[in-house]
Amino acid sequence: MIKEYKTLSDVAGPIIIVDGLDGCSYGELVEIFLPDGSVRHGEVLKAEEHKALVQMFEGTENLNIHSTRIRFSGKPSEIKLSPDIIGRVFSGLGKPIDDGEEIIAQEIRTTMGDPINPYARDYPSEFIQTGISGIDGLNTLVRGQKLPIFSGAGLPHNELALQIARQAKVLKKSDQFAVVFGAMGVTFDESNEFVSSLRESGAIERSVLFINLANDPVIERLAVPKYALTTAEYLAFDLGYHVLVILTDMTNYCEALREVSAARKEIPGRRGYPGYMYTDLATIYERCGRIKNKSGSITMMPILSMPDDDKTHPIPDLTGYITEGQIFVSRSLYAKGYYPAIDVLPSLSRLKDKGIGKDKTREDHPNLMNQLFSAYAHGREVQELAVILGESALSDIDQLYIRFADEFEQRYVKQNRREDRTITETLDLGWELLQILPETEMTRVRDEFIERYYRKGGR
Amino acid sequence: MSNEKQQGRIVSISGPLIVAEDLPQAHMMEVVRIGNEKLFGEIIELHKNLVYIQCYEETTGLRPGETVTSSGVPLSVTLGPGIIGAIYDGVQRPLDTIYKSHGDYIARGIDVDPLDYSKKWDFHPLVKDGDIVKEGEKIGWVEETPTIKHYIMMPPGRSGTIESIQEGSFTVKEPVATVTEKGISQPVTMLQIWPVRTKRPFAKRIVPTQPLITGQRVIDMFFPVAEGGTACVPGPFGSGKTVIQHQLAKWASADMIVYVGCGERGNEMTDVLMEFPHLKDPKTGRSLMERTILIANTSNMPVAAREASVYSGITIAEYFRDMGYNVAIMADSTSRWAEAMREISGRLEEMPGEEGYPAYLSSRVAGFYERSGKVQTLGGSEGSLSVIGAVSPPGGDLSEPVVQATLRVVKVFWSLEASLAYARHFPAINWLNSYSLYSNLTDAYFKDTIDTLWPTYRIQAMSLLQKENELNEIVRLVGTDALSESEKLVMEISKSIREDFLHQNAFDDIDTFTSGRKQFYMIQNILSLYTESLLRIRAHKTLKVSDIMDLPVRASIARVKYQPEENIEKCNLTTHIKEALDKLTSTLEESND
Ligand SMILES: Nc1ncnc2c1ncn2[C@@H]1O[C@H](COP(=O)(O)OP(=O)(O)O)[C@@H](O)[C@H]1O
Ligand SMILES: [Mg+2]
Repeated sequence: MIKEYKTLSDVAGPIIIVDGLDGCSYGELVEIFLPDGSVRHGEVLKAEEHKALVQMFEGTENLNIHSTRIRFSGKPSEIKLSPDIIGRVFSGLGKPIDDGEEIIAQEIRTTMGDPINPYARDYPSEFIQTGISGIDGLNTLVRGQKLPIFSGAGLPHNELALQIARQAKVLKKSDQFAVVFGAMGVTFDESNEFVSSLRESGAIERSVLFINLANDPVIERLAVPKYALTTAEYLAFDLGYHVLVILTDMTNYCEALREVSAARKEIPGRRGYPGYMYTDLATIYERCGRIKNKSGSITMMPILSMPDDDKTHPIPDLTGYITEGQIFVSRSLYAKGYYPAIDVLPSLSRLKDKGIGKDKTREDHPNLMNQLFSAYAHGREVQELAVILGESALSDIDQLYIRFADEFEQRYVKQNRREDRTITETLDLGWELLQILPETEMTRVRDEFIERYYRKGGR
Repeated sequence: MSNEKQQGRIVSISGPLIVAEDLPQAHMMEVVRIGNEKLFGEIIELHKNLVYIQCYEETTGLRPGETVTSSGVPLSVTLGPGIIGAIYDGVQRPLDTIYKSHGDYIARGIDVDPLDYSKKWDFHPLVKDGDIVKEGEKIGWVEETPTIKHYIMMPPGRSGTIESIQEGSFTVKEPVATVTEKGISQPVTMLQIWPVRTKRPFAKRIVPTQPLITGQRVIDMFFPVAEGGTACVPGPFGSGKTVIQHQLAKWASADMIVYVGCGERGNEMTDVLMEFPHLKDPKTGRSLMERTILIANTSNMPVAAREASVYSGITIAEYFRDMGYNVAIMADSTSRWAEAMREISGRLEEMPGEEGYPAYLSSRVAGFYERSGKVQTLGGSEGSLSVIGAVSPPGGDLSEPVVQATLRVVKVFWSLEASLAYARHFPAINWLNSYSLYSNLTDAYFKDTIDTLWPTYRIQAMSLLQKENELNEIVRLVGTDALSESEKLVMEISKSIREDFLHQNAFDDIDTFTSGRKQFYMIQNILSLYTESLLRIRAHKTLKVSDIMDLPVRASIARVKYQPEENIEKCNLTTHIKEALDKLTSTLEESND
């Protein structure tokens, strides 16, 4: 049911209103033809009998009320899918931008996606070895998890994400992998960093890229995750790939959302972001996971830069409420030169408990993890105390804790950008560091593991 | 409400809000079917000839002009045998059935029965022909699961004389009895339909007298909740709200559990679905799924159904309460429910209150928790409904409207703190600012069933923790050297209370649940180390706290949590503690000589 109109009535920010309609549907895709021959795209945000409120992905710059033609497509935005999309680069709205051919569709899907029936989900529990101790040992990633990186301007989140993409493996398995990369408002340099790293490792042939750069239309950023995830769903649950989705930078996405909301004059929520941002983000993040009787999976690592490094800002806050944990990149650790600068304490993997331990990683892993957390947390506390009081004012045992915390940061957290530690190396290193503390402090470890691991010093 | 169906037409669509016209008979809260796909919705506002509808399904693709059909009935749940062990969405559509008929994703416009209408149940009458029955009275039962007898009750509002009642095998829609009232005889089936936004009636409220035992030490010892009581768990993300709710669903001493996942993660519901069937109820030894009903409206499912889900859940819970059961409902998270209210209110362009929430936020929150309580049912038994709600404050800020509205009505506050969670001290319940108004109940209960010293220990342990907090201030200023030996002892013992008692690992097979008796021994061990050490420190000037803390018995105290319940006698270490201290002081005396 394609219909065309020339009855644009209002333009404000990224929103237009089209009048005199003879019906339209909520959420349908709209094409806008400018007199110079260019075409833009929009989506119906409010459908009335004779009027539609449309969000414009490519903005409203140079739009003129009288000379614009608007075509209603009669359906929501869609993507053409076929195995040939692997290795290709698309715009935020799913148009090829790599000089390759148009995709010949085997499947056409709406990009909005339906919610996975919770009953259809399979609980993610397969350990992914990233080779990074701060993740594998303490905040373990599993297949089908959504684990964002919370970072800030100037921190090595991209390098970290790329190192993970390069090194991630599931032990004793050789499955089909794919990477889906969605860039929203990142600089050309940043985007290039991803592309060249994927190329260098050969992963580019197994990747699908959706790129919206900083100078690309702002509202188009809202479309990127939908295209990326519809693609990921196809690769994972139709073709059986284990897909890693990297989305960067979610902060830019949220800002686009705020811009639309402001233009609609909606009642703003915290810091001007719309009240429905939680739901909006959830419809992105919850598209990942595992499904019963399906071999593929979608694992997601969204990257977001926290404005002002403030984790209570609505973007990290709402994300943390939806995702299955988060990896914090710390400015102070990075300043000390401790790449990848993961602050393990506020970091969390909510799915680790079913991915570690006997038959998964190693029997001692859960106890060791709890002991390292508790020791490092106490070490950090006394580190702060030592700054005020001087180390000599501390008890003997607390001085040991300071030493532990220092060495933990230098040897466990810090690692080389190319260093790919096995899980055994990570676990053994943990026990080795715990040697700094006396056995009486091992209150989170069961007797059998004290004997089997602590007393042997990790060897 | 008229039972007549009428047809109107859509005027506009904006997200979950639909405006329709030409429905002159429309009633507030009435269920409607929207558009060609017959999406499910509820009328939430009437304005002249316009009807405002919240749609429980994704609205993309709807067009103005499509039809809206009213149903003549308010949003309701269907109650009867077959409901236990089910997993429903927010408007009681069974997700397992939908999975079987529609696959991995939830499609739109699905119309499935909430219960299996073809299944036959063995009905056992409790009354006989000629008996006079009143509303709410149990007239029979069905063994729905080996743990739960599903009582068939006279529906509220109906009473009379039993004209006939049969033992036998029936579907939920077949009459099991005929009841005559004022000369008119009507069948009674095993099915009841009840509007979710109306609380189910009972005879009268009773003051709660029994604690809900949870097996979670920090809760049972310090911040207990009563059968029929209310509790809230606010905390920032990652602080342990969901794990606490899961722990209560697993281990709380209730007969029935209704778990509402409201706008939270899909995998958390999967977790329950996969784990509960394999876990055993400590009371009955049977699978936990046999006493559990799940409502799952995850964050990616339509927002309006999230708003309905807590009402669906609590109505189902009330129904089991009416049978005389002790029921507990967990709602994770009530903030998502409040946000759904805010979103719809915003689209209705209502005057916003604080942080954009509608002005009726606090009355809705209060109304929800008010449906808790211990009651005498219409049928004459005693039942209770405990309500435990998680709250997810933005940025962990407890001054926000949902937390504040909740704190005004609940009697237990478990305050979760990010800093404790970061240090992996779980449950991350802050012991200094949490509270419970039910401690007197647990005191009385544990005094009777376990030991008269329970209240004394509770108070002593808490005052040590408070003392530790004061001493910490001093340590922060001048270091530990300034402390006397007895103050150092307070610090060490408090640390032991925190580490060896309060800290409880939900993922450890043994530590996950602690009986009242074991809790008692654990706290007794720690406090007896305190009392006995204090005596000796006062008597022996050369005795150092650090020497006491080096004693191997310290490690034994810490490891009691890993002692299985079968070895309960091994949990009492008081004699060992005395002996160890005596030995230590005797060596001191020798070296003094
Ligand atoms: N009692 C507990 N024992 C062990 N780990 C816990 C406990 N409570 C919480 N955790 C840890 O904290 C994580 C976050 O808890 P969760 O309940 O999901 O937080 P919230 O619902 O507040 O966001 C869990 O994944 C788990 O790793
Ligand atoms: Mg939670």
